[in-house]
Amino acid sequence: MKDMYDVLVIGAGPAGSIAARTAAEKGLDVLLIEKRQEIGDPVRCAEGVGKEYLKKHVEIDKKWICADVKASYIHAPDGTRIVMAEEISGGEVGYVLERKVFDRTLAEQAAEAGAEVRVKTRATGLIIEDDYVKGARLMHLGKEYDVRAKIVIGADGVESKVGRWAGIDTSLKPIDVETCAQYLIAGANIEQDHCEFYIGNEIAPGGYIWIFPKGAGKANVGIGILGSKTGKFKPRPVDYLNRFMEKKFPDARIVEMVFGGVPVSGSIEKTSTNGLMLIGDAARQSDPITGGGILNAMDAGKLAGEAAYAAISAGDVSFEKLEEIYEKPWRATIGHEIDMSLVVKNCFINLSDENLNSLAHSLKDVKFERMSLLDLLQALFKANKKLLWDLRVLFKDAAKEVVKNKM
Amino acid sequence: MQERGYLLIEYHNLRLRVTGELVSIQINKYKCGYCGACVGVCPKGALELVETWVEVDGNTCISCGICDRICPVGAIEVIK
Repeated sequence: MKDMYDVLVIGAGPAGSIAARTAAEKGLDVLLIEKRQEIGDPVRCAEGVGKEYLKKHVEIDKKWICADVKASYIHAPDGTRIVMAEEISGGEVGYVLERKVFDRTLAEQAAEAGAEVRVKTRATGLIIEDDYVKGARLMHLGKEYDVRAKIVIGADGVESKVGRWAGIDTSLKPIDVETCAQYLIAGANIEQDHCEFYIGNEIAPGGYIWIFPKGAGKANVGIGILGSKTGKFKPRPVDYLNRFMEKKFPDARIVEMVFGGVPVSGSIEKTSTNGLMLIGDAARQSDPITGGGILNAMDAGKLAGEAAYAAISAGDVSFEKLEEIYEKPWRATIGHEIDMSLVVKNCFINLSDENLNSLAHSLKDVKFERMSLLDLLQALFKANKKLLWDLRVLFKDAAKEVVKNKM
Repeated sequence: MQERGYLLIEYHNLRLRVTGELVSIQINKYKCGYCGACVGVCPKGALELVETWVEVDGNTCISCGICDRICPVGAIEVIK
Protein backbone atom coordinates (compact mmCIF):
# COMPACT_ATOMS: atom_id res chain seq x y z
CA MET A 1 0.00 0.00 0.00
CA LYS A 2 1.40 3.38 -1.03
CA ASP A 3 0.70 6.60 0.83
CA MET A 4 -0.64 8.51 -2.17
CA TYR A 5 -3.14 7.65 -4.92
CA ASP A 6 -5.31 9.54 -7.40
CA VAL A 7 -8.48 7.86 -6.15
CA LEU A 8 -9.28 6.00 -2.95
CA VAL A 9 -12.47 3.90 -3.10
CA ILE A 10 -13.84 2.76 0.27
CA GLY A 11 -15.93 -0.41 -0.02
CA ALA A 12 -15.74 -3.16 -2.64
CA GLY A 13 -19.40 -3.83 -3.35
CA PRO A 14 -20.81 -3.33 -6.86
CA ALA A 15 -20.68 0.48 -6.56
CA GLY A 16 -17.09 0.66 -5.33
CA SER A 17 -15.72 -1.95 -7.71
CA ILE A 18 -17.32 -0.34 -10.77
CA ALA A 19 -16.03 3.08 -9.68
CA ALA A 20 -12.53 1.68 -9.16
CA ARG A 21 -12.61 -0.20 -12.47
CA THR A 22 -13.83 2.86 -14.38
CA ALA A 23 -11.22 5.18 -12.84
CA ALA A 24 -8.41 2.64 -13.37
CA GLU A 25 -9.42 2.11 -17.00
CA LYS A 26 -8.99 5.85 -17.50
CA GLY A 27 -5.42 5.48 -16.29
CA LEU A 28 -5.83 6.78 -12.76
CA ASP A 29 -3.89 5.34 -9.84
CA VAL A 30 -6.63 3.70 -7.74
CA LEU A 31 -6.78 2.01 -4.34
CA LEU A 32 -9.92 -0.05 -3.60
CA ILE A 33 -10.31 -1.13 0.02
CA GLU A 34 -12.74 -3.57 1.64
CA LYS A 35 -13.04 -3.92 5.40
CA ARG A 36 -14.09 -7.56 5.26
CA GLN A 37 -11.50 -10.23 4.71
CA GLU A 38 -13.64 -11.68 1.92
CA ILE A 39 -15.24 -9.58 -0.78
CA GLY A 40 -18.95 -10.34 -1.27
CA ASP A 41 -19.37 -12.12 2.05
CA PRO A 42 -21.48 -12.05 4.18
CA VAL A 43 -24.26 -11.32 1.69
CA ARG A 44 -26.86 -8.71 2.65
CA CYS A 45 -29.08 -8.93 -0.40
CA ALA A 46 -31.98 -10.80 -2.02
CA GLU A 47 -29.77 -11.00 -5.15
CA GLY A 48 -32.40 -10.25 -7.81
CA VAL A 49 -31.40 -7.96 -10.65
CA GLY A 50 -32.81 -6.77 -14.00
CA LYS A 51 -31.20 -8.32 -17.05
CA GLU A 52 -30.95 -5.59 -19.62
CA TYR A 53 -29.43 -3.03 -17.29
CA LEU A 54 -26.91 -5.48 -15.89
CA LYS A 55 -25.51 -6.07 -19.38
CA LYS A 56 -24.58 -2.39 -19.56
CA HIS A 57 -21.93 -2.90 -16.90
CA VAL A 58 -20.69 -6.44 -17.09
CA GLU A 59 -20.57 -9.38 -19.46
CA ILE A 60 -23.01 -12.01 -18.22
CA ASP A 61 -21.19 -15.02 -16.82
CA LYS A 62 -23.00 -18.21 -15.82
CA LYS A 63 -20.75 -18.72 -12.83
CA TRP A 64 -22.54 -16.00 -10.86
CA ILE A 65 -26.06 -16.58 -12.16
CA CYS A 66 -28.24 -18.86 -10.05
CA ALA A 67 -31.54 -18.50 -11.85
CA ASP A 68 -33.02 -16.85 -14.93
CA VAL A 69 -36.53 -15.73 -14.03
CA LYS A 70 -39.23 -15.04 -16.60
CA ALA A 71 -42.08 -13.70 -14.49
CA SER A 72 -43.09 -12.21 -11.16
CA TYR A 73 -46.13 -13.34 -9.20
CA ILE A 74 -47.52 -10.81 -6.78
CA HIS A 75 -49.85 -12.13 -4.07
CA ALA A 76 -52.36 -9.75 -2.51
CA PRO A 77 -53.42 -10.27 1.14
CA ASP A 78 -56.58 -12.20 0.10
CA GLY A 79 -54.61 -14.50 -2.18
CA THR A 80 -55.37 -12.75 -5.49
CA ARG A 81 -52.41 -13.32 -7.77
CA ILE A 82 -51.10 -10.91 -10.36
CA VAL A 83 -48.74 -12.33 -12.95
CA MET A 84 -46.26 -10.05 -14.64
CA ALA A 85 -44.35 -11.57 -17.51
CA GLU A 86 -40.86 -10.52 -18.51
CA GLU A 87 -41.62 -8.27 -21.47
CA ILE A 88 -43.56 -5.73 -19.44
CA SER A 89 -41.98 -5.63 -16.05
CA GLY A 90 -38.58 -5.31 -17.73
CA GLY A 91 -36.23 -4.26 -14.99
CA GLU A 92 -37.98 -6.20 -12.27
CA VAL A 93 -37.64 -9.66 -13.74
CA GLY A 94 -34.20 -10.95 -14.51
CA TYR A 95 -31.43 -12.89 -12.88
CA VAL A 96 -30.89 -14.08 -9.37
CA LEU A 97 -27.19 -13.69 -8.66
CA GLU A 98 -24.65 -15.40 -6.49
CA ARG A 99 -23.39 -12.18 -4.92
CA LYS A 100 -20.38 -13.85 -3.33
CA VAL A 101 -19.06 -14.67 -6.79
CA PHE A 102 -20.48 -11.60 -8.53
CA ASP A 103 -18.94 -9.04 -6.16
CA ARG A 104 -15.61 -10.80 -6.31
CA THR A 105 -15.68 -10.82 -10.11
CA LEU A 106 -16.26 -7.06 -10.18
CA ALA A 107 -13.39 -6.46 -7.75
CA GLU A 108 -11.18 -8.68 -9.89
CA GLN A 109 -12.13 -6.61 -12.93
CA ALA A 110 -11.08 -3.48 -11.05
CA ALA A 111 -7.79 -5.17 -10.21
CA GLU A 112 -7.28 -6.22 -13.84
CA ALA A 113 -7.90 -2.64 -14.93
CA GLY A 114 -4.99 -1.65 -12.70
CA ALA A 115 -6.56 -0.79 -9.34
CA GLU A 116 -4.83 -1.96 -6.18
CA VAL A 117 -7.24 -3.99 -4.04
CA ARG A 118 -6.81 -4.37 -0.28
CA VAL A 119 -9.10 -6.52 1.83
CA LYS A 120 -9.40 -6.53 5.63
CA THR A 121 -8.64 -2.83 5.36
CA ARG A 122 -11.04 -0.42 7.02
CA ALA A 123 -11.27 3.35 6.91
CA THR A 124 -11.37 4.82 10.42
CA GLY A 125 -11.53 8.49 9.49
CA LEU A 126 -10.89 11.04 6.76
CA ILE A 127 -7.93 13.35 6.26
CA ILE A 128 -9.48 16.79 5.83
CA GLU A 129 -7.34 19.87 5.14
CA ASP A 130 -8.49 23.36 4.10
CA ASP A 131 -12.05 22.04 3.89
CA TYR A 132 -11.04 19.42 1.30
CA VAL A 133 -11.09 15.66 1.78
CA LYS A 134 -7.48 14.67 1.08
CA GLY A 135 -7.48 10.98 1.95
CA ALA A 136 -8.34 8.62 4.77
CA ARG A 137 -6.89 6.88 7.79
CA LEU A 138 -6.95 3.15 7.19
CA MET A 139 -6.53 0.19 9.48
CA HIS A 140 -5.14 -3.10 8.24
CA LEU A 141 -4.36 -5.97 10.64
CA GLY A 142 -4.35 -3.63 13.61
CA LYS A 143 -1.94 -1.10 12.09
CA GLU A 144 -2.96 2.41 11.02
CA TYR A 145 -1.96 4.03 7.75
CA ASP A 146 -2.54 7.54 6.39
CA VAL A 147 -3.39 7.28 2.70
CA ARG A 148 -3.78 10.43 0.65
CA ALA A 149 -5.85 10.71 -2.50
CA LYS A 150 -7.00 13.49 -4.80
CA ILE A 151 -10.51 12.08 -4.62
CA VAL A 152 -12.12 9.77 -2.09
CA ILE A 153 -15.17 7.75 -3.14
CA GLY A 154 -17.34 6.46 -0.30
CA ALA A 155 -19.03 3.19 -1.27
CA ASP A 156 -19.30 1.88 2.27
CA GLY A 157 -22.88 0.69 2.19
CA VAL A 158 -25.87 1.13 4.46
CA GLU A 159 -23.56 1.57 7.48
CA SER A 160 -21.65 4.35 5.70
CA LYS A 161 -19.50 6.61 7.86
CA VAL A 162 -17.51 8.30 5.12
CA GLY A 163 -20.21 10.87 4.36
CA ARG A 164 -20.75 11.65 8.02
CA TRP A 165 -17.03 12.19 8.58
CA ALA A 166 -17.15 14.79 5.81
CA GLY A 167 -20.16 16.52 7.34
CA ILE A 168 -22.86 15.00 5.12
CA ASP A 169 -25.71 13.68 7.23
CA THR A 170 -26.62 10.30 5.79
CA SER A 171 -28.40 8.95 8.87
CA LEU A 172 -31.68 7.21 8.08
CA LYS A 173 -34.91 7.63 10.03
CA PRO A 174 -36.84 4.41 10.79
CA ILE A 175 -39.30 5.28 8.01
CA ASP A 176 -36.33 5.53 5.60
CA VAL A 177 -35.11 1.97 6.09
CA GLU A 178 -36.45 -1.51 5.35
CA THR A 179 -35.22 -3.92 7.96
CA CYS A 180 -34.74 -7.36 6.44
CA ALA A 181 -34.18 -11.02 7.18
CA GLN A 182 -33.73 -13.82 4.68
CA TYR A 183 -33.18 -17.56 4.59
CA LEU A 184 -31.65 -19.54 1.79
CA ILE A 185 -33.78 -22.65 1.84
CA ALA A 186 -33.17 -26.12 0.44
CA GLY A 187 -35.34 -29.21 0.24
CA ALA A 188 -38.52 -27.35 -0.68
CA ASN A 189 -38.22 -27.88 -4.43
CA ILE A 190 -38.96 -24.27 -5.41
CA GLU A 191 -39.96 -23.57 -9.02
CA GLN A 192 -37.05 -21.80 -10.63
CA ASP A 193 -38.70 -19.81 -13.43
CA HIS A 194 -40.35 -17.00 -11.49
CA CYS A 195 -40.09 -14.73 -8.44
CA GLU A 196 -42.88 -14.37 -5.93
CA PHE A 197 -43.89 -11.40 -3.81
CA TYR A 198 -46.37 -11.36 -0.92
CA ILE A 199 -47.78 -8.08 0.29
CA GLY A 200 -50.03 -7.17 3.19
CA ASN A 201 -50.00 -5.51 6.59
CA GLU A 202 -50.36 -8.79 8.45
CA ILE A 203 -47.59 -10.52 6.57
CA ALA A 204 -45.04 -7.72 6.03
CA PRO A 205 -46.06 -4.23 7.24
CA GLY A 206 -44.69 -1.54 4.92
CA GLY A 207 -42.72 -4.04 2.89
CA TYR A 208 -43.04 -7.47 1.31
CA ILE A 209 -41.96 -11.06 1.43
CA TRP A 210 -39.99 -12.36 -1.54
CA ILE A 211 -39.15 -15.79 -2.91
CA PHE A 212 -36.27 -15.67 -5.39
CA PRO A 213 -35.14 -18.97 -6.94
CA LYS A 214 -31.50 -19.70 -6.26
CA GLY A 215 -30.91 -22.73 -8.52
CA ALA A 216 -31.29 -26.48 -7.87
CA GLY A 217 -34.67 -26.15 -6.12
CA LYS A 218 -33.30 -23.66 -3.59
CA ALA A 219 -34.56 -20.12 -2.98
CA ASN A 220 -33.94 -16.92 -1.07
CA VAL A 221 -37.02 -16.41 1.08
CA GLY A 222 -36.89 -13.06 2.77
CA ILE A 223 -38.81 -10.18 4.22
CA GLY A 224 -38.37 -6.45 4.44
CA ILE A 225 -40.52 -4.39 6.78
CA LEU A 226 -40.50 -0.66 7.23
CA GLY A 227 -38.40 0.46 10.19
CA SER A 228 -41.24 2.62 11.49
CA LYS A 229 -43.55 -0.40 11.65
CA THR A 230 -41.37 -2.57 13.84
CA GLY A 231 -39.81 -1.96 17.24
CA LYS A 232 -39.00 -3.09 20.70
CA PHE A 233 -42.41 -4.50 21.56
CA LYS A 234 -43.47 -5.52 18.06
CA PRO A 235 -42.47 -8.55 15.99
CA ARG A 236 -39.11 -8.30 14.21
CA PRO A 237 -38.50 -9.20 10.55
CA VAL A 238 -37.11 -12.54 11.66
CA ASP A 239 -40.37 -13.27 13.58
CA TYR A 240 -42.52 -12.48 10.53
CA LEU A 241 -40.24 -14.63 8.38
CA ASN A 242 -40.45 -17.60 10.76
CA ARG A 243 -44.23 -17.31 10.76
CA PHE A 244 -44.28 -17.35 6.93
CA MET A 245 -41.87 -20.28 6.76
CA GLU A 246 -43.97 -22.34 9.16
CA LYS A 247 -47.03 -21.81 7.02
CA LYS A 248 -45.49 -22.09 3.59
CA PHE A 249 -42.36 -24.25 3.86
CA PRO A 250 -42.56 -26.17 7.15
CA ASP A 251 -40.12 -28.84 5.96
CA ALA A 252 -37.54 -26.65 4.27
CA ARG A 253 -33.98 -26.60 5.54
CA ILE A 254 -32.35 -23.26 6.16
CA VAL A 255 -28.82 -23.37 4.80
CA GLU A 256 -27.95 -19.69 5.17
CA MET A 257 -29.25 -16.70 7.13
CA VAL A 258 -28.99 -13.15 5.86
CA PHE A 259 -29.85 -9.87 7.58
CA GLY A 260 -29.77 -6.35 6.28
CA GLY A 261 -31.01 -2.79 6.22
CA VAL A 262 -32.05 -1.25 2.91
CA PRO A 263 -32.23 2.54 2.50
CA VAL A 264 -35.64 3.61 1.12
CA SER A 265 -35.31 7.33 1.75
CA GLY A 266 -35.27 8.51 -1.86
CA SER A 267 -32.48 10.86 -2.90
CA ILE A 268 -30.71 12.66 -0.07
CA GLU A 269 -29.72 16.32 -0.11
CA LYS A 270 -26.02 15.98 -0.71
CA THR A 271 -23.75 13.18 -1.95
CA SER A 272 -20.50 15.02 -2.59
CA THR A 273 -18.26 17.64 -1.12
CA ASN A 274 -14.76 18.97 -1.82
CA GLY A 275 -12.70 15.90 -2.82
CA LEU A 276 -15.43 13.36 -1.99
CA MET A 277 -18.27 11.48 -3.68
CA LEU A 278 -20.71 8.97 -2.17
CA ILE A 279 -22.16 6.14 -4.26
CA GLY A 280 -24.54 3.20 -3.90
CA ASP A 281 -26.19 2.46 -0.56
CA ALA A 282 -23.81 4.96 1.08
CA ALA A 283 -25.54 7.63 -1.05
CA ARG A 284 -28.97 6.04 -0.32
CA GLN A 285 -29.44 5.30 -4.02
CA SER A 286 -31.48 2.09 -3.65
CA ASP A 287 -35.04 2.06 -4.94
CA PRO A 288 -37.61 2.97 -2.26
CA ILE A 289 -40.31 0.65 -3.61
CA THR A 290 -38.41 -2.50 -4.61
CA GLY A 291 -35.39 -2.04 -2.36
CA GLY A 292 -33.21 -2.97 -5.37
CA GLY A 293 -29.84 -1.27 -5.27
CA ILE A 294 -27.33 -3.16 -7.40
CA LEU A 295 -28.02 -1.48 -10.73
CA ASN A 296 -28.27 2.04 -9.33
CA ALA A 297 -25.05 1.42 -7.42
CA MET A 298 -23.28 0.31 -10.60
CA ASP A 299 -24.62 3.28 -12.56
CA ALA A 300 -23.47 5.66 -9.84
CA GLY A 301 -20.11 3.89 -9.60
CA LYS A 302 -19.53 4.39 -13.30
CA LEU A 303 -20.55 8.06 -13.11
CA ALA A 304 -18.28 8.62 -10.12
CA GLY A 305 -15.33 6.87 -11.78
CA GLU A 306 -15.71 9.05 -14.86
CA ALA A 307 -16.25 12.15 -12.74
CA ALA A 308 -13.08 11.40 -10.78
CA TYR A 309 -11.13 11.27 -14.04
CA ALA A 310 -12.68 14.49 -15.37
CA ALA A 311 -12.14 16.37 -12.11
CA ILE A 312 -8.56 15.23 -11.61
CA SER A 313 -7.71 15.98 -15.27
CA ALA A 314 -9.14 19.47 -14.84
CA GLY A 315 -7.24 19.90 -11.58
CA ASP A 316 -10.48 20.84 -9.85
CA VAL A 317 -11.99 18.48 -7.27
CA SER A 318 -14.16 21.11 -5.60
CA PHE A 319 -17.78 20.50 -4.65
CA GLU A 320 -18.89 22.84 -7.47
CA LYS A 321 -17.05 20.71 -10.03
CA LEU A 322 -18.27 17.39 -8.61
CA GLU A 323 -21.79 18.74 -8.40
CA GLU A 324 -21.67 19.49 -12.10
CA ILE A 325 -20.15 16.17 -13.22
CA TYR A 326 -21.50 13.72 -10.64
CA GLU A 327 -24.42 15.06 -8.58
CA LYS A 328 -26.43 16.54 -11.42
CA PRO A 329 -26.10 13.54 -13.78
CA TRP A 330 -27.10 10.99 -11.14
CA ARG A 331 -29.97 13.11 -9.89
CA ALA A 332 -31.31 13.47 -13.44
CA THR A 333 -31.33 9.69 -13.94
CA ILE A 334 -31.22 7.46 -10.84
CA GLY A 335 -32.41 10.31 -8.64
CA HIS A 336 -35.52 10.97 -10.67
CA GLU A 337 -36.44 7.28 -10.66
CA ILE A 338 -35.96 6.79 -6.94
CA ASP A 339 -37.92 9.94 -6.15
CA MET A 340 -40.82 8.64 -8.25
CA SER A 341 -40.56 5.34 -6.39
CA LEU A 342 -40.62 7.26 -3.14
CA VAL A 343 -44.00 8.73 -4.09
CA VAL A 344 -45.30 5.21 -4.70
CA LYS A 345 -43.74 3.96 -1.46
CA ASN A 346 -45.30 6.74 0.62
CA CYS A 347 -48.66 5.82 -0.84
CA PHE A 348 -48.16 2.06 -0.58
CA ILE A 349 -47.18 2.02 3.09
CA ASN A 350 -50.49 3.63 4.05
CA LEU A 351 -52.72 1.21 2.16
CA SER A 352 -54.92 -1.12 4.15
CA ASP A 353 -55.20 -4.78 3.20
CA GLU A 354 -58.65 -3.99 1.73
CA ASN A 355 -57.07 -1.33 -0.48
CA LEU A 356 -54.36 -3.74 -1.59
CA ASN A 357 -56.96 -6.40 -2.38
CA SER A 358 -59.14 -4.06 -4.42
CA LEU A 359 -56.05 -2.89 -6.25
CA ALA A 360 -55.09 -6.46 -7.04
CA HIS A 361 -58.62 -7.27 -8.27
CA SER A 362 -58.57 -4.40 -10.72
CA LEU A 363 -55.10 -5.30 -11.98
CA LYS A 364 -55.72 -9.04 -12.18
CA ASP A 365 -57.27 -8.94 -15.65
CA VAL A 366 -55.18 -6.19 -17.16
CA LYS A 367 -53.31 -7.49 -20.18
CA PHE A 368 -49.84 -6.88 -18.92
CA GLU A 369 -48.15 -7.50 -22.25
CA ARG A 370 -49.40 -4.14 -23.44
CA MET A 371 -49.34 -2.29 -20.20
CA SER A 372 -48.09 1.25 -20.17
CA LEU A 373 -48.01 3.58 -17.24
CA LEU A 374 -51.22 5.10 -18.56
CA ASP A 375 -53.05 1.75 -18.56
CA LEU A 376 -51.85 1.20 -15.04
CA LEU A 377 -53.18 4.58 -13.96
CA GLN A 378 -56.52 3.83 -15.62
CA ALA A 379 -56.77 0.55 -13.76
CA LEU A 380 -55.87 2.33 -10.55
CA PHE A 381 -58.51 4.93 -11.19
CA LYS A 382 -61.20 2.28 -11.35
CA ALA A 383 -59.91 0.67 -8.21
CA ASN A 384 -59.26 3.54 -5.92
CA LYS A 385 -59.67 7.22 -6.61
CA LYS A 386 -57.83 8.40 -3.54
CA LEU A 387 -54.85 6.33 -4.56
CA LEU A 388 -54.82 8.08 -7.88
CA TRP A 389 -54.75 11.45 -6.13
CA ASP A 390 -51.83 10.34 -3.96
CA LEU A 391 -49.95 9.27 -7.06
CA ARG A 392 -50.78 12.38 -9.08
CA VAL A 393 -47.13 13.37 -9.51
CA LEU A 394 -46.66 10.30 -11.64
CA PHE A 395 -49.05 11.82 -14.17
CA LYS A 396 -46.40 14.20 -15.33
CA ASP A 397 -44.27 11.21 -16.24
CA ALA A 398 -47.17 9.42 -17.89
CA ALA A 399 -47.91 12.52 -19.94
CA LYS A 400 -44.26 12.70 -20.96
CA GLU A 401 -44.38 9.06 -21.99
CA VAL A 402 -47.44 9.66 -24.15
CA VAL A 403 -45.82 12.65 -25.81
CA LYS A 404 -42.64 10.67 -26.42
CA ASN A 405 -44.57 7.77 -27.97
CA LYS A 406 -46.47 10.08 -30.29
CA MET A 407 -43.34 11.76 -31.55
CA MET B 1 -26.27 -7.41 47.17
CA GLN B 2 -23.42 -5.09 46.33
CA GLU B 3 -21.78 -7.79 44.28
CA ARG B 4 -24.95 -8.42 42.31
CA GLY B 5 -25.26 -4.71 41.57
CA TYR B 6 -21.74 -4.69 40.25
CA LEU B 7 -22.38 -7.67 38.00
CA LEU B 8 -25.40 -5.96 36.55
CA ILE B 9 -23.29 -2.94 35.74
CA GLU B 10 -20.72 -5.15 34.07
CA TYR B 11 -23.32 -6.97 32.00
CA HIS B 12 -25.20 -3.94 30.78
CA ASN B 13 -22.19 -1.67 30.37
CA LEU B 14 -24.09 0.98 32.31
CA ARG B 15 -22.96 4.55 32.13
CA LEU B 16 -23.65 7.26 34.64
CA ARG B 17 -24.63 10.45 32.88
CA VAL B 18 -23.82 13.95 34.12
CA THR B 19 -27.53 14.24 34.91
CA GLY B 20 -27.16 11.28 37.22
CA GLU B 21 -29.31 9.16 34.88
CA LEU B 22 -28.21 5.61 34.17
CA VAL B 23 -28.28 4.67 30.49
CA SER B 24 -26.96 1.74 28.57
CA ILE B 25 -26.78 0.07 25.21
CA GLN B 26 -26.06 -3.60 25.02
CA ILE B 27 -25.43 -5.46 21.78
CA ASN B 28 -25.82 -9.20 22.02
CA LYS B 29 -23.00 -10.39 19.79
CA TYR B 30 -24.35 -13.94 19.84
CA LYS B 31 -27.59 -12.72 18.28
CA CYS B 32 -26.27 -9.95 16.00
CA GLY B 33 -26.24 -10.70 12.26
CA TYR B 34 -23.73 -7.85 11.65
CA CYS B 35 -25.83 -6.31 8.87
CA GLY B 36 -25.13 -2.70 9.84
CA ALA B 37 -28.75 -1.50 9.74
CA CYS B 38 -28.31 -0.03 13.24
CA VAL B 39 -25.25 1.92 12.11
CA GLY B 40 -27.22 3.43 9.23
CA VAL B 41 -30.00 4.75 11.49
CA CYS B 42 -27.84 6.00 14.38
CA PRO B 43 -28.42 9.78 14.37
CA LYS B 44 -25.13 10.44 16.16
CA GLY B 45 -22.80 8.09 14.30
CA ALA B 46 -22.04 6.34 17.59
CA LEU B 47 -22.09 2.85 16.11
CA GLU B 48 -19.58 1.22 13.83
CA LEU B 49 -19.76 -2.10 12.00
CA VAL B 50 -16.23 -3.44 12.13
CA GLU B 51 -16.04 -6.86 10.49
CA THR B 52 -18.40 -9.20 12.25
CA TRP B 53 -19.25 -7.07 15.24
CA VAL B 54 -20.72 -3.67 16.08
CA GLU B 55 -18.82 -1.24 18.30
CA VAL B 56 -20.46 1.51 20.35
CA ASP B 57 -18.87 4.83 21.16
CA GLY B 58 -20.26 5.37 24.65
CA ASN B 59 -19.41 9.07 24.60
CA THR B 60 -21.47 9.79 21.48
CA CYS B 61 -24.44 7.46 22.07
CA ILE B 62 -27.50 9.31 23.35
CA SER B 63 -29.49 6.12 24.06
CA CYS B 64 -32.27 7.19 21.70
CA GLY B 65 -33.16 3.57 21.03
CA ILE B 66 -33.58 3.84 17.24
CA CYS B 67 -31.02 1.07 16.67
CA ASP B 68 -32.97 -1.18 19.05
CA ARG B 69 -36.16 -0.37 17.15
CA ILE B 70 -34.96 -1.36 13.69
CA CYS B 71 -32.68 -4.33 14.43
CA PRO B 72 -34.01 -7.25 12.29
CA VAL B 73 -33.25 -9.80 15.02
CA GLY B 74 -33.59 -7.76 18.20
CA ALA B 75 -29.93 -8.01 19.20
CA ILE B 76 -29.76 -4.52 20.70
CA GLU B 77 -31.10 -3.49 24.07
CA VAL B 78 -31.15 0.15 25.09
CA ILE B 79 -32.00 0.88 28.69
CA LYS B 80 -33.02 4.35 29.76
